[in-house]
Amino acid sequence: MINMNLYSRGDRAFVILNMVLIGLFALSALYPFIYIASLSLSSGFEARAGNVILTPVGFTLEAYERVLSERMFWISYRNTFIYTIGGTLMSLAFLIPGAYALSRTQLFGRRFWNFMVAFTMWFNAGLIPFFLNMRDLGLLDSYFGIMIGFAVNGFNLILLRNFFEAIPKSFEEAARMDGANEFQVLWKVFVPLSKPAIATVALFCIVSRWNGFFWAMVLLQDEEKIPLQVYLRHVILELSDDEEFASTLLTSTYSFETVSAAIIVCSIIPIIIIYPFLQKYFTKGIMLGGVKE
Amino acid sequence: MSIDPEISGARTEELVIEAREAQRDRKAGRIQRVGDHLRREWQIYLLLLPTIIWLLLFLYKPMYGLQIAFKDYSVFRGIADSPWIGFEHFETLFNNDQFIRAIRNTLIISVYSLIIGFPVPILLALMFNEVLNQGFKKATQTIVYLPHFISSVIIAGIVITAYSPSAGIVNTVIGWFGFDPVYFLTRPEWFRPIFIGTGIWQEAGFQSIVYLAAIAGVSPTLYESAVVDGASRWQMMWKITIPSILPTIIIMLIIRIGNILEVSFEMIILLYQPATYATADVVNTFIYRQGIQGGQYDLAAAAGLFNAVVAFVLVITANTISKRYSRTSLW
Repeated sequence: MINMNLYSRGDRAFVILNMVLIGLFALSALYPFIYIASLSLSSGFEARAGNVILTPVGFTLEAYERVLSERMFWISYRNTFIYTIGGTLMSLAFLIPGAYALSRTQLFGRRFWNFMVAFTMWFNAGLIPFFLNMRDLGLLDSYFGIMIGFAVNGFNLILLRNFFEAIPKSFEEAARMDGANEFQVLWKVFVPLSKPAIATVALFCIVSRWNGFFWAMVLLQDEEKIPLQVYLRHVILELSDDEEFASTLLTSTYSFETVSAAIIVCSIIPIIIIYPFLQKYFTKGIMLGGVKE
Repeated sequence: MSIDPEISGARTEELVIEAREAQRDRKAGRIQRVGDHLRREWQIYLLLLPTIIWLLLFLYKPMYGLQIAFKDYSVFRGIADSPWIGFEHFETLFNNDQFIRAIRNTLIISVYSLIIGFPVPILLALMFNEVLNQGFKKATQTIVYLPHFISSVIIAGIVITAYSPSAGIVNTVIGWFGFDPVYFLTRPEWFRPIFIGTGIWQEAGFQSIVYLAAIAGVSPTLYESAVVDGASRWQMMWKITIPSILPTIIIMLIIRIGNILEVSFEMIILLYQPATYATADVVNTFIYRQGIQGGQYDLAAAAGLFNAVVAFVLVITANTISKRYSRTSLW
């Protein structure tokens, strides 16, 4: 934006100081991840002694061997994939048609329906009534309950509706001339034109599904159904008090810290893999969602 | 001359009938029109239907369930048949030291987060804007957005590991200076600094995106003429950039104040323990413990209702103010 040569010599110190400060901030954002990765690759003895600062000390993969040999790790990992993929598809199945209908000017009571969506963003019955409702609907301890219970979200619905509203009428006119009905107009005109917005919403759903733990912890009792985050919480918060686990530590080179770190690394990897997309579309999503309703 | 009452009566009756018929016709016309509209546009309503049913079933039905805040709720009687008890739960709550403490903690944590955390993303955006090396800018932005995408369980795991008294990096560093290790997460006085600091660390980078977008919208000609006038980078930042993004800053501030009761309690549930309840327990964690863990659904629902009503008033007020201040409304 600003040309290098517009740039006076006296500003150089300012620019360098600025870069140093930003660099430090970025390092502080990155360091905890490096620390955890190094911890996961270090021996339990060195980890306990506090010798791990930046790079692995006493390199070993035993913590990973321990994690990857846990049956619950694989079960919860599989469950997270089920919740993430199933939940995201379910969200899109509600959000795309709903947002399309809300964007149509001929929809009777359009203001009312839109208010009905927006109101849920301002007022929320709270944890207890939501929990009791899920219980009364028979959705405790169910894969389906977790997927459907969080399918629609006002913010995503409005984001998508705004995008649909901005598509010029001329795009659908040709399809209408050919006698296309609403389903065909949505599927053949709006969806292809809205790929970036749909990708943004899908990524919002994927991240919140992948990271979600609170409701999974509250709604699921059956261990076979818990997602990775709930398992992770169990390991990090409760394993340190687990005597059986503590006794296995005596004869091994991993420690509670290195095992926790290894599980953390395993659960971050998928996020890192899709991170380039996340960064691109989330920035867009913030701009699209900036003006609500 | 007298008017024959019978004739007059018949007249009136006739008029009434006529009027009724006309009304019926209009009504029929309206029904007909609605019918035609539905026949023509039924597909749109079919597309809308699942979303509306979902909203009613998962968000509006719990609002109906909120009535247990005024009832002596029993699981066996159900929501509708439990007896009404008026404001008893609210009286219990406001005589409960733990609830009062939770309200106080919520406010303290939010206000500190706001005061300390609000300027950080603005500062970051201004600093990013001054970076001319695009490669450096992209790389550092990529890094500072990352923590936003990491789950609260993992962040809590990192915090617990880093502050651990035996192996944590924080205590290792403290040890270098000859101090004894501190078991930070069991100390009430350390909970808020750690929690607020973690929140800023996780979100500041990502929140800077909004301000970067606002800065990108500033007209380059302003800077060009400032350069002609011999302004320094520092002067341009204070005289052009900051005044230009001030409306964005104020809107974000209003939104934050509107959401002041929204403390990320998921993170608190992961980090607090009985030893730190004194400074860490907020309204939502109180609700979680009393309701979901303790089974006192009615009392916890009353606490939730209080929280939701105050939050609603705050959000609406904030929205009204921002609508008046900035012509582009938030919703």
